[in-house]
Amino acid sequence: MSEVTGAKALFLALEAVGVEHIFGIPGGAILPAYDPLIDSTVKHILCRHEQGAAHAADGYAQASGKVGVCMATSGPGATNLITGLASSFMDSIPVVAITGQVPRPAMGYDAFQESDITGNAGPVTKHTFLVMEPDDIAQTVAEAFHIASTGRPGPVLIDIPKDVLQARFTYKPAGPVDLPGYQPTTKPNQRQIVEAAKLIAESERPILYAGGGIIKAGASAELVQLAEMTGIPVVTTLMARGVIPDGHDLCLGMPGMHGNYTAVTALQRSDLLIGIGPRFDDRVTGKLSHFAPDAKIIHADIDPAEISKNRKADVPIVGDAKAVLVELIKVIESRRGKDSQPDYSAWRDTVNGWKKAYPYKYTQTEDGPLKPQYVVERIAALTDGNAIYCSGVGQHQMWGSQFIPFRRPRTWINSGGSGAMGFGVPAAMGAKVAMPDDEVWCIDGDGCFQMTCQELATMAVEKIPIKIAILNNAYLGMVRQWQELFYDERYSEVEFGWDIPDYVKLAEAYGCIGLRVESMQDVDTAIEKARGVNDRPVVIDFRCDKGEMCYPMVAAGSSNDDIILGPEYEKEPVAHELGDHLYSQEEDMVID
Amino acid sequence: MKHTIAVLVENKPGVLARVSGLFARRGFNIHSLAVGTTESPNVSRMTIVVDLPERPLEHVTKQVYKLINVLKVIELEPELSVERELMLIKVRAVAEVRARIIELTEIFRGKVIDVGTDSMTIEITGAPEKIQAFEDLVAVYGIIELVKSGRVALSRGSKSIKDRQLRVAG
Ligand SMILES: Cc1ncc(C[n+]2csc(CCOP(=O)(O)OP(=O)(O)O)c2C)c(N)n1
Ligand SMILES: [Mg+2]
Repeated sequence: MSEVTGAKALFLALEAVGVEHIFGIPGGAILPAYDPLIDSTVKHILCRHEQGAAHAADGYAQASGKVGVCMATSGPGATNLITGLASSFMDSIPVVAITGQVPRPAMGYDAFQESDITGNAGPVTKHTFLVMEPDDIAQTVAEAFHIASTGRPGPVLIDIPKDVLQARFTYKPAGPVDLPGYQPTTKPNQRQIVEAAKLIAESERPILYAGGGIIKAGASAELVQLAEMTGIPVVTTLMARGVIPDGHDLCLGMPGMHGNYTAVTALQRSDLLIGIGPRFDDRVTGKLSHFAPDAKIIHADIDPAEISKNRKADVPIVGDAKAVLVELIKVIESRRGKDSQPDYSAWRDTVNGWKKAYPYKYTQTEDGPLKPQYVVERIAALTDGNAIYCSGVGQHQMWGSQFIPFRRPRTWINSGGSGAMGFGVPAAMGAKVAMPDDEVWCIDGDGCFQMTCQELATMAVEKIPIKIAILNNAYLGMVRQWQELFYDERYSEVEFGWDIPDYVKLAEAYGCIGLRVESMQDVDTAIEKARGVNDRPVVIDFRCDKGEMCYPMVAAGSSNDDIILGPEYEKEPVAHELGDHLYSQEEDMVID
Repeated sequence: MKHTIAVLVENKPGVLARVSGLFARRGFNIHSLAVGTTESPNVSRMTIVVDLPERPLEHVTKQVYKLINVLKVIELEPELSVERELMLIKVRAVAEVRARIIELTEIFRGKVIDVGTDSMTIEITGAPEKIQAFEDLVAVYGIIELVKSGRVALSRGSKSIKDRQLRVAG
């Protein structure tokens, strides 16, 4: 092959690993890369903010399972990616970020727009590369995509100095990837699988604790199969919504701080948690020393560092969720007849009793304020739970997770571990680019929307027709909720107001369609109208009850036993069916 | 509780920062860290003494092992390994006490490597406790400055770190 520039090599390498889309913004140091882009099969989506580009790459990856790619220039362009990379890191989302760097001779001299981005991004990425020779570009791209998409997925950053992009050299395609320090264990240890099967056979109140690892492994079918063959109920964490349909008899929905009574209590009362790809996150466990006090733990994860990190596992299993489920199903099948046949029907009856007695509750009256939960329910109903739903971070996110009956994996996209406000709009953009035939909704908050709404311009220009439902409660609602409950209703710096900005005008200014809904009667019409638009985004300003609270709630640092069901249940107090437990007196850390 | 771990890393720029940064942000306390080249030109070896009051060592080793440039992490249990540290110590040494300091140095099998008008610099190698003992003994004369290499360690017997399996989940 004849001589090419480093920049051209970059695109040849990106094409070779199958990249179709890049979200980015050009600038000085990355400029050379924007020239071969013109002739490349890779399509670039010009974003309005690098944070938007990073979240879009994340949404793209979450929706499709492919690696999302974003690109930025050095210095501020690169540092603007950090929030997005941090979110992808916490949620194990495969993303590759490409950044320009100042030319090699200028590095280390505080040159214009120099920043140590490999150093900055190091703590929030799975790996970073600084490419100092044009010869290394192709191999680095291959390695970066391999690292991002295998094992426990995550973001990888490639930083390339400008003069490396400009250098001319003879291109050689990447060879096989050989990373001696990176050998993820995917195949579970058979002995551990047998141990797990034994525990399952001995248990009386097992729960399948399904985490995001199942989505990454594409193992939903296997999870459902295991649940059905054993009759074990399943809870789905915020990152695993949709791995089993919410309508499934064995699905208990979301556990955690704003999870439902049944999912939370089932974990608490269980004698065996079968964790497949969860993190035992503080949002799920509540006060750790009080979490599932009677339960033995099977914990399967592809990342050994997650196992026994928060809660000691009785049976640790390192492996890919799919491989673990497949093996577990095989072993359970083969032991049929050997083990006593466990019968969990009494346990299921108990759990189903809770399900009936303590559903999520709110009251929408004909002439009362519009309830955000009602809006979510209507969107879910009119789209038949078949769209892809994205969200920001706050009350609206929790209502989204609570009230959408998910049918399939990769249809609930949010910033779970990082909780990055502003995630929703750009992530929805990325999801729509990845899955153009799917209807994509962003359930957003008024606060979150204002952090990244500049991507409306991107979508109007690129004709990316997503639907954005702002649950406009005029507040940083989740913070207001904490101030109401834990700071004696002393509200401090949380009120935004309904009117500024005027979301309808703002949408129109960005070349989108803006709608406003103030009463429950108009909800369906607006949703249907938005569904009919296919050439640009639609923003619906749902003016909701300003004071609505998100329940149930387990206060930070509290035991899951002390779940607060909220005023809807005050009339008919809950008969706590929790046994008395002797908890250790030792204080846990409290993560607010 | 203090543990000694040996970490084999690819000899690439930024690796030390990755490892030490990981310790810092996860709240693992580094007591000492020594790094140098090994028998293979593209592999470096770190010996890290980490102080973990409440967490199991596995939390550390598993996280370190996740770094892409890290090839191997093992714990060197004190009973099964040899540990050494090197100290250079500059002691105030006026004429009357020199003989006494030289005598101490000989007892500790150290070496006087520099002499000033009223100071002496001594090199001491040994297990950390031995070095500490020497430091305590000469403290009465006045320590001008000292430097320690940090602990380095190898397992006993004929096996190498490469023969040992990393402990995985458990
Ligand atoms: C970038 C960022 N800043 C601050 C926070 C803290 N925070 C969490 S939820 C929330 C309020 C979000 O407000 P809004 O988007 O209106 O959602 P609501 O809770 O009202 O539904 C805030 C400020 C955060 N999670 N992320
Ligand atoms: Mg709000």
